[in-house]
Amino acid sequence: MSTLPLAVTRRRRRSVRHTLDVRVSPYAYVAPFFLLFCAFGLFPLVYTAWVSLHEWTLLSETQEFVGAANYSTLLADDYFWNATFNTLSIGVLSTVPQLALAIWLAHLLNRRLRFQTLFRVALLLPNVTSVVAVVVIFSQLFGRDFGMINWILSWFGAGTIDWAAGTASSHIALSVMIMWRWTGYNALIFLAAMQAVPRELYEAATLDGAGNFTQLRKITMPMIRPTIIFVVIVSTIGAMQIIAEPMLFGQSSGGGGGIATGGPDRQFQTLALFVYEQGFANSTFDFGYASAASWLMFVAVVVVAGINFLITRKVKGGLV
Amino acid sequence: MTPRIRRLGLPLLTASVLALATACGGGGGGNTATEASAKPGEKIKLTVGLFGDFGFKPLYEEYKKTHPNIEIVENVTQFNDHHSNLVKRLATNAGAGDIEAVEVGYISTFTAQPGRFVDLKHYGLDKRQADYLDWKWQQGLSKDGAQVLGLGTDVGGLAMCYRKDLFKKAGLPEERDKVAALWPTWEEYIATGKKFAGANVAGAKFVDSPGEIFRAMVNQAPVGLYDAQDNIIVESNPDVKKAWDLSNQLTQEGLTAKLAAFSPPWNTGFAKGSFATIICPAWMTGFIQEQAKDASGKWDIATVPGGSGNSGGSHLMVPKQSKHPKEAAELIDFLTSKDNQAKVFKEEGTFPSIPALYDDPSIQNFTKPFFGDAPIGKIYSEAAKALKPQHLGPKEADVRVAIGNGLGRVEQGKQTPDEAWAQVLEDVKKIK
Repeated sequence: MSTLPLAVTRRRRRSVRHTLDVRVSPYAYVAPFFLLFCAFGLFPLVYTAWVSLHEWTLLSETQEFVGAANYSTLLADDYFWNATFNTLSIGVLSTVPQLALAIWLAHLLNRRLRFQTLFRVALLLPNVTSVVAVVVIFSQLFGRDFGMINWILSWFGAGTIDWAAGTASSHIALSVMIMWRWTGYNALIFLAAMQAVPRELYEAATLDGAGNFTQLRKITMPMIRPTIIFVVIVSTIGAMQIIAEPMLFGQSSGGGGGIATGGPDRQFQTLALFVYEQGFANSTFDFGYASAASWLMFVAVVVVAGINFLITRKVKGGLV
Repeated sequence: MTPRIRRLGLPLLTASVLALATACGGGGGGNTATEASAKPGEKIKLTVGLFGDFGFKPLYEEYKKTHPNIEIVENVTQFNDHHSNLVKRLATNAGAGDIEAVEVGYISTFTAQPGRFVDLKHYGLDKRQADYLDWKWQQGLSKDGAQVLGLGTDVGGLAMCYRKDLFKKAGLPEERDKVAALWPTWEEYIATGKKFAGANVAGAKFVDSPGEIFRAMVNQAPVGLYDAQDNIIVESNPDVKKAWDLSNQLTQEGLTAKLAAFSPPWNTGFAKGSFATIICPAWMTGFIQEQAKDASGKWDIATVPGGSGNSGGSHLMVPKQSKHPKEAAELIDFLTSKDNQAKVFKEEGTFPSIPALYDDPSIQNFTKPFFGDAPIGKIYSEAAKALKPQHLGPKEADVRVAIGNGLGRVEQGKQTPDEAWAQVLEDVKKIK
């Protein structure tokens, strides 16, 4: 009779283990992500907020608590607003044509073609090229004295354009570099979504006499709306964080200026570059100020991404 | 725990505690753990952090012959990155080399932190004081003068390099004494520039950009961007304003090729002959030779307008985090020795900071075919002998960026010189 209690305990133990397994192990499976996120995402976010409330430089031994002083200085800093304007301007100039172009390219590829895979791989090539190589080469193309673009423009009687010097011209040059890298990538995402659209809809539309463009506008776009929203949000976040392009463009265009000022007039200094200038390029290494700027940048990214989300959601969904 | 494990465990435990202590000791400036030096015969790797080719490579080979246990690794990064990386590596107490080069524009930033560098006096390098130009020696000391933190490599005595072929096309004299006679002052230099521009030489401007000219002019003044008490005096120093006005005059007369120094289009400009003159501290000669490979014999060197001055030059320092400070100090002693500075000059053009060399016949009679056999040894010796030292402040580099941006805004036609100057003064005030 002594075996019965043992069997019961064993069974109970097993059921405890089972519940534990069912209840706890899913958390264990996702834990690595959250642990990494806490270490490399959440902690820096919170710590940056903490640093931003201090007079904190890399070299000083003591850090004085200054409350919101960094933020109030920042809001009165013309260079911060200049960087905000540049970021938005480059963001719009690069993202809008880029997404339109990506949808169009995806639409072209969304049919039976010879060498389909070749085209699709080609789309992704600019994206896997190093950003340094892209900017160095484009800086040469946009060169003032010996650049290819000015040379071609001169056929049409255009004068020499000093691309890096002007505000608008430098924003255009940078937008082209960004579009070069990201259009193909976004086109592939759109293409994947388009392939899930049922063929019958197009067949029916063709029978009804709808043209290619009408089909794109009335069938494809509404059907891939969730993907469009996703791509718009991701591109917006990416565009708000542009740093490598303006920094390298400043150094390789010959227009002068500090390493992180984005031209002598700060004509193409973006927010991320401004943060880098304050925190790492100045010999003050003003971490407090740079952290405050990072936080405002974070807020700006959330706001702009939110606005874009609302706008794209308003775009009519489903088939009408 | 069996006795055997205990026997093994104790040393292991001690070792790991020690390792921890060493790791944690870093934050406080960590000076005790690094004192330990290598035993004789042990292989030692020394890393040398530079911001360009210092011409040290043949010297390393020579050094290895007498020091077979030393391995030397050179890390070269770009000028700005090198110095800002060094600040970060000192602050985080990790990643700095055993020897780090520091350019004169940054030297005060680093000597202001004596706790982060090895006092080279501990390794007997104060004996080298007698070798050096006094002001060059002083620049490597801590603020209170008590510690020797860096030993000088080169000084950047000024001269003016010019393209003989372009001068000829413009109807200007080609011979270096006659060219020098064209411009005893900067005003006359600008006047020569106007003549050059008047001749309309296709594809060539008189000067690359005003930035380095400005730096040279300020360096010629008795007092520069900082006063002796480390206050920024950009606004009140008339010499700075004068340099600013003259630099902008170059721009406004249309004499500059608008090519910022050290950018890729500037390099192209050398190859294409886009500018006829360039301010030439000694180290620039090596640079021209590298960039304008096809232009051998076309460049020549004349004296600089406005008297002598120093532009550039470096020191070698040993960060405290180095594990082999003794060996690093010995290597610095070797790299900066009289003979080796002379060797480096002949190869790279960087001019020695040891005055005993200036009258040495091997330097005095040294010429370079690339510069039309110009007596560059004699030219730079004279320039270096006449040098008046200038006090440099801790944020020298930031102030120069602010002013350089101002010159750039005028050059790009964004602002008038007065508007740009007002913004420069605002920017300079913000430098903490």
